[in-house]
Amino acid sequence: MATKGKDAQSVPADPQAQSESTAALLRELVAHLRQNRTQLREEWARRITRAQLLTAMTEEEIFAEATSVYDNYVEALETGTFEALQAYARNLSERIIPRGVETHEVVGIVLLLRDVLARSLFAKYHGDFDKLNRILDAYEPAANRIANTVAVGFVQERERIIRQQQEAIRELSTPVLQVRERLLILPIIGVIDPQRARQLTEQLLRAIRTNRAKVVVIDITGVAAMDSNVANHLVQTVEASRLLGATVIVTGLSPEIAQTLVTIGVDLSEMATVGDLQGGIEEAERLLGYKVVPQEELTPKA
Amino acid sequence: MEVPILKQGHYLIASIQSALTDADLSQLREALIERVGRFRARGVIVDVTALDVMDSFAVRTLRDIAHMARLRGAETVIVGIQPEVAFAMVQLGLTLKGVSTALDLEEGLLFLDQQAQLRIERGTGRIDRG
Repeated sequence: MATKGKDAQSVPADPQAQSESTAALLRELVAHLRQNRTQLREEWARRITRAQLLTAMTEEEIFAEATSVYDNYVEALETGTFEALQAYARNLSERIIPRGVETHEVVGIVLLLRDVLARSLFAKYHGDFDKLNRILDAYEPAANRIANTVAVGFVQERERIIRQQQEAIRELSTPVLQVRERLLILPIIGVIDPQRARQLTEQLLRAIRTNRAKVVVIDITGVAAMDSNVANHLVQTVEASRLLGATVIVTGLSPEIAQTLVTIGVDLSEMATVGDLQGGIEEAERLLGYKVVPQEELTPKA
Repeated sequence: MEVPILKQGHYLIASIQSALTDADLSQLREALIERVGRFRARGVIVDVTALDVMDSFAVRTLRDIAHMARLRGAETVIVGIQPEVAFAMVQLGLTLKGVSTALDLEEGLLFLDQQAQLRIERGTGRIDRG
């Protein structure tokens, strides 16, 4: 909108008069947009295709979406309320995100619509420069806000999906398994951040209660690195389990982790540690009073 | 609210039914320690299943009960700490060091039986079990 001349602008003295005239201008604008709906919509869809946006969608789909975006757009301009548009943007995002539509595409198409409409205003009012300026003054803030609303709606929806997936991954990544009556194992794989450590502990404590576990083997073979925070979380988990009456055995501390822990001076004296998972389970069985005997040792006596 | 203390064989069982004030807790401590001697109890079980919060005073009182009862010849076990409570406790650093814990009343009784058995085997316990 480079042609906009600030000098030609007439500034109404009274702000109320200004808002009234803005409303009148917006009404006029909306009427214009309604009148030229078909033509503007087609122009917009054409531009979307030409700019190679929304490549994941077919031309018919683009046209259908363009129509509803256009109508919502005009409605938001007319009413000045953005709730309906927000809801629509969320709904649209829900549908198109799984199809791989990117943020730049959504922002791109909204900006294209803004351009298409601005061009049509230029075409309509090019004879009356002063009017054009006032119309643009009314149109631009509203149009910008609409673009903003749609883009923010899209990004929010994306973030919601990402959070949901993170949650799902987290839950998948911490299985608490019962391997014997009253014996649980908890293999930890990957990075432990404070949130995950917390969730892990909660899950373990709940499992101890429901399975009436007496011994828990926590295997950290799959944990690549450990800092003092993570080590403290581990100590807390052990302590909390003990309060529920369960003994915890930690297995699979790699040489690197052992060195780190000693170097940073984490006090693990309260923790029972065994070299590997097998050793941990054997120790746990001993604590529970199990004795595993190969079958051939039993048969000759029988 | 006064906590009922039940005698079951050689054991005393205190089952906390609702949130306790500091005064209630102190009263429980005194009553338990007194009764350990009166009934010649060998074990004390404090059941905290009904508690969904445990502050530092409560934790300290439980620890004191355990230590005092041991001086009077009885082993103490705290049973029924809820998972959420346990988590909150370790986060606050209230870990009941040196005090035995068990999942529930049943486990607590089993634990005390095992302790008694161990003492007999070691020859350090009284042998008038019946």
